[in-house]
Amino acid sequence: MEWGLALAAAIAVVAVVFVARPFLREPAPASDRLDELAPEERQRLSLAEERDRALDALKELEFDHRTGKVSDDDYRAQVGPLRRRAADALRALEAGEQTPREHVTVSDEPAST
Amino acid sequence: MAPLGRAALLLAFGLVAYALVAGSYAAWKKRRRLALSAQNALIAAFPATLLASAVLVIALARRDFTFAYVAQHTSHNLPLPYTLSAFWGGQEGSLLLWLVILTGYASLAVWLNRRSRELMAWTVPVFGLIAIFFGFMLCFVSSPFHQQPAPADGAGMVPSLQNPYMLAHPPMLYLGYVGLAVPFAFAMGALLSGRTDERWIVATRRWTLAAWTFLGVGQLLGSHWAYTEIGWGGYYAWDPVENAAFMPWLVATAFLHSVMIQEKRGMLKIWNMILVALAFNLSIFGTFLTRSGVINSVHSFSQSPIGAWILGFLILMVVFSVALIYLRLPLLRTKTKLESLVSREATFLYNNLLLVALALTILWGVLYPVLSDALRGQTRSVSKPYYDFFLHTFGIPLLLLMGIGPLVAWRKASLRSLGKTFLIPFSIAVVTGGILVGLGFDSSWAGLLSYTFSAFVLASIVLEFVRGRSAAGGILKLVSRNRRRYGGYIVHAAVVLFAIGVAGSSAYQTISERHLLPGQSMEVAGYTVTYESIGGVKGADYTGFRTLLSVTGHGEHFTTEPGMNNYGPVVGSSNEASIYHDPRTLGDFFTTDSLDNAKTGRVDVTVLVKPLLNLIWVGGLLFVFGALVAMWPDAVEQRRLAARYAAGAAPAGI
Repeated sequence: MEWGLALAAAIAVVAVVFVARPFLREPAPASDRLDELAPEERQRLSLAEERDRALDALKELEFDHRTGKVSDDDYRAQVGPLRRRAADALRALEAGEQTPREHVTVSDEPAST
Repeated sequence: MAPLGRAALLLAFGLVAYALVAGSYAAWKKRRRLALSAQNALIAAFPATLLASAVLVIALARRDFTFAYVAQHTSHNLPLPYTLSAFWGGQEGSLLLWLVILTGYASLAVWLNRRSRELMAWTVPVFGLIAIFFGFMLCFVSSPFHQQPAPADGAGMVPSLQNPYMLAHPPMLYLGYVGLAVPFAFAMGALLSGRTDERWIVATRRWTLAAWTFLGVGQLLGSHWAYTEIGWGGYYAWDPVENAAFMPWLVATAFLHSVMIQEKRGMLKIWNMILVALAFNLSIFGTFLTRSGVINSVHSFSQSPIGAWILGFLILMVVFSVALIYLRLPLLRTKTKLESLVSREATFLYNNLLLVALALTILWGVLYPVLSDALRGQTRSVSKPYYDFFLHTFGIPLLLLMGIGPLVAWRKASLRSLGKTFLIPFSIAVVTGGILVGLGFDSSWAGLLSYTFSAFVLASIVLEFVRGRSAAGGILKLVSRNRRRYGGYIVHAAVVLFAIGVAGSSAYQTISERHLLPGQSMEVAGYTVTYESIGGVKGADYTGFRTLLSVTGHGEHFTTEPGMNNYGPVVGSSNEASIYHDPRTLGDFFTTDSLDNAKTGRVDVTVLVKPLLNLIWVGGLLFVFGALVAMWPDAVEQRRLAARYAAGAAPAGI
């Protein structure tokens, strides 16, 4: 069974090298800080999710209206607020890109921070 | 060979321990290289565990009885496929299967999401925490590589396990149970890192669906195994171990629906975390029930003394997840409210409440005998009427909701819209119910409601496809643009087939039992069953008998050959049911017998006529198809999500 143990030892060495790889590849990195979302980036994500939700909701509403699931009256009552929500989220995202440090609050969704 | 297996397991244990300890420290202190190193350790644990698994497979294939595990679960006469299936036939092997699937899933999930470092930094240690338990058990408590002087032959395998379905049923269940660890690890990782946005949901959406599908298919295969092999004529007995797989499936079903509300409306963040934690902890509870032997079960062959360890781990995971959700409540609270009680999201919420209520009542049915025994010293059992009552109470409204949900719009629906969309399905259901009452199906209210509601659901699904096709300009366009929705509808259609099959084969079945001598006949549901003859059979590791029964009635003539196999005094004997699939009723003519008097050839014959039963298995195929449609990657959606989560990337356009 010595071959088995030798094989196991060889595999262990490979595993250790693989585990140590981040330190071997970057022995003296400029920064060893783990990526972390800045508050602005968290806000951007929250707005992007809000924008996608609003756009999805608009698509669903259009589709449900075309298939007869949503009446004309219901459609008219819902489409305006949804468009405004999507536009607000888009505007807030664009504003956030132009002034990344500015705290933008347009959504009714709280930031996840 | 055995030292290699042990060394591979020790290596895997060391790697997952490193992933837990170094990963937690790195995430806490924000050390990038250490976090990557911990991630690599988790990934490296998979090939190490795979090597240990390969050693066990080779030992089984060679029937190397110096491995105590191989000797305890196989024998020289056991056919090779069943010999290999002994991998998951015993405690040590099934623990190894848990670990190899877990490390495999974890490696792939972590690798695919490696760019989301903040989330991964905490997800890796959670995976490590789960894996370290199974690694510890395999290295120090219950090793499959324990050696012994080789006996002349092994103990063999329990006869009921020698069935083709058992080659796939346990691995499927394990793929499902362990698969629930992926959304759990990501959800807990999200809570630990404070990333309570939808990133963890996006990362685990398909994993959850895959785990849920595996769990569903595993249960169906198990049902088919019970039906064809155990010989009592049923496919689900509310056995605790069967319930153990059913409960996490129910909770995962609730999660698959409620997570859509979070994605579409930003609501139910706390509820979704609770469901993910509950589903995973129920999967550990299922492992505990299967292995602990605290409850009498048809799966008693799988009992072992490691129950206390699994219970300890279960308690740890429950405390861990509850504490984490509680501590992160401020991050999970949202301002968005339900706009109307008549909306798609409201029907999802009702469905969630019913699914979780059903899961919890089943859990109470499983726990009550254990608690009664432990606290009062009284032996109690919870039997079929209890479970049937709650299945009817929660299951039949759930069936109805499957038809209502697709007809109701998101946000809110007016009565006028509802009247328009409900008209056709409602009319079809009323006409169906009326015809069924006229035909005498009101002998069972549960059966009648199941059939009527099934007609309603099928009509609403067909209507969805028809209206959607007109709006989208073709069925393929329709489905490919919204695979989750239409894949989901296909799964709903499969569940309807299950409901019809279950109602037909239980509420409207006929059972008859008689002693018969050769030449004698019995009448069952319009069929005449004649006992023609009896003969012996011999297989590789058994001897037995078969009786020839000829059946006539309803314009048909066919034969069945039920009997029994005897695998010797150690392993025991098994019923060999003989089933005729009736294409006319889509049902089965199920026969079993036992030898009452060898001299006269008198046998006890049991006949069950089960209408529509085969719809359950057809539904299984449709279930897999629907799940695959829902899981199939959507390139447009993936690009949109990639843009959303690319740090600093420009927002995706409309």
